[in-house]
Amino acid sequence: MRISPKITERIAKLFLWSAAIFTIGALIFVIGFVLAGGLTHISWSFLTEPILDMGREGGILPAIVGTIFMVFVAVGIAAPLGVASAIYLAEYTREGKVTQAIRFGINCLAGVPSIIFGLFGFILFVVMLGFGWSILSGGLSLAAMILPTIIRTAEEALRAVPASYRDVAASLGATRWQVVTKSVLPYALPGILTGVILGIGRSIEETAVVIFTAGSAVQMPTSIFDSARTMAVHFYILAREGISNDMAYATAAVLICTILIINVSAYTMMHRLTKGRRS
Amino acid sequence: MDKFISRLLFLAACSSTAILALIALFIFKEGVPIMAKTGLGHFIFGREWFPLSGQFGIYAFIIGSLWVTFGALIFGVPLGVSCAIFLAEFAPRKWVGILKPAIELLAGIPSVVYGFLGVMWLAPLIRNHLGGPGLSILAASIVLAIMILPTIVSVSIDAIQAVPKNYKEGSLALGATTWQSTWRVILPAAKSGILAGVILGMGRAVGETMAVIMISGNATTIPHSPLDSVRTLTANIAIEMGYAIGDHREALFATGVVLFFFIMILNTVALRFARRKF
Repeated sequence: MRISPKITERIAKLFLWSAAIFTIGALIFVIGFVLAGGLTHISWSFLTEPILDMGREGGILPAIVGTIFMVFVAVGIAAPLGVASAIYLAEYTREGKVTQAIRFGINCLAGVPSIIFGLFGFILFVVMLGFGWSILSGGLSLAAMILPTIIRTAEEALRAVPASYRDVAASLGATRWQVVTKSVLPYALPGILTGVILGIGRSIEETAVVIFTAGSAVQMPTSIFDSARTMAVHFYILAREGISNDMAYATAAVLICTILIINVSAYTMMHRLTKGRRS
Repeated sequence: MDKFISRLLFLAACSSTAILALIALFIFKEGVPIMAKTGLGHFIFGREWFPLSGQFGIYAFIIGSLWVTFGALIFGVPLGVSCAIFLAEFAPRKWVGILKPAIELLAGIPSVVYGFLGVMWLAPLIRNHLGGPGLSILAASIVLAIMILPTIVSVSIDAIQAVPKNYKEGSLALGATTWQSTWRVILPAAKSGILAGVILGMGRAVGETMAVIMISGNATTIPHSPLDSVRTLTANIAIEMGYAIGDHREALFATGVVLFFFIMILNTVALRFARRKF
């Protein structure tokens, strides 16, 4: 029996719509589940007090500070390196064997699982270089992990800059470096920042890398050579060791809110960028 | 001056490849000796994992990783490819504006949160309705399917949108419906790109650690049904790394070597497919 094309079309549409609605439903469910369990336990003191009794009491301030420190180290290293890589790929070279090799490296690095970055960071930074379990080791390992994200977004942003920007600057006698810094980079900046924000987001979410390279000290970190836990690690330990469900929910809620803010700002920045281009 | 800057930028561009090489070097340096000592065959196909008595066989974990990964694909691929087709061909503009950021946000949710949700909600659900311990292959597969969705969707969308517009227009002009054009013309043309997305998603599933530790139950035996509890390669490393020393730690790095091989093969295959044009 042949089914009429119109009916197939209807069935297909129904199926595709339900897939889309299911996906959005899953997202709402995940966020709602965490916020419903956690928002009521969040208070000012939760955000500003030290971790007491392994997390049963007190707040999560050291974890917040640890997260911020770690992100700073990671982005401080990965952003300049990543943007420089992107500038080389987009502005300083033609496609060829060399760029192919570089791109292969970037793509493979993007696919390496976080646990491998954790092992790598542990053996190189913690053990061999003697940084110990510290914010520095954690930040360096995270930097390696977020590097491909930053390179890819930055290169895309650079490639979106119209050729006329380069031509005009070059015709005025600017060197290639002047063309890049004075003309191309300012135009590509919002796109580059989007990549950096995504990198920040990935660093905040990450657990496996951080737990093996930065340890999980509950004290307030005072320098980058101290061990520290991020919010994600703190949450993992609370949940996995069954220390306190309420505190776990609350930490997860703070984590989710942070991620929401970061994603929304990355998205609006990208949106504003494309909108500005059209007019 | 310009030449100097050019050199400097070139060095920066090589950093990713250098990091990749360093990762391989260090993981191999730590892991290979114990593999040689145990014997590669015994290490990979050995069924006994008793680190304290020096028995290192990771066969059960390889099987565990495969079960969980294929489970994730069974749920994740139809859902992901459907979302990609919907977004690229069928969705009204307003829906694209909602669904796309929503999927990106799914990628942004920390894996520990997914794991927590699995423990608090999904595992009890499975335990009460289907039996078994709850923390199982099934639970891990469902959670992983949601986690790999963003990868599959974004790569598939790119593949579908890369199909030249006149393919679809030609098909519509011949009187085909939108679905017929999608199914018979666009999907075959975008096949290799979609496959690349699926393989990259597979890599994500193989490599996922924290969520899997929390919801797969971590039994060191070989599973027989989707309701059994398993331990994956990644979970094996992460669980025991905290206290392992000596040979035991090296065996965990060796587990990392096997994982690294899996991932590199998947990556290379995916890149091959992604590069193929019509």
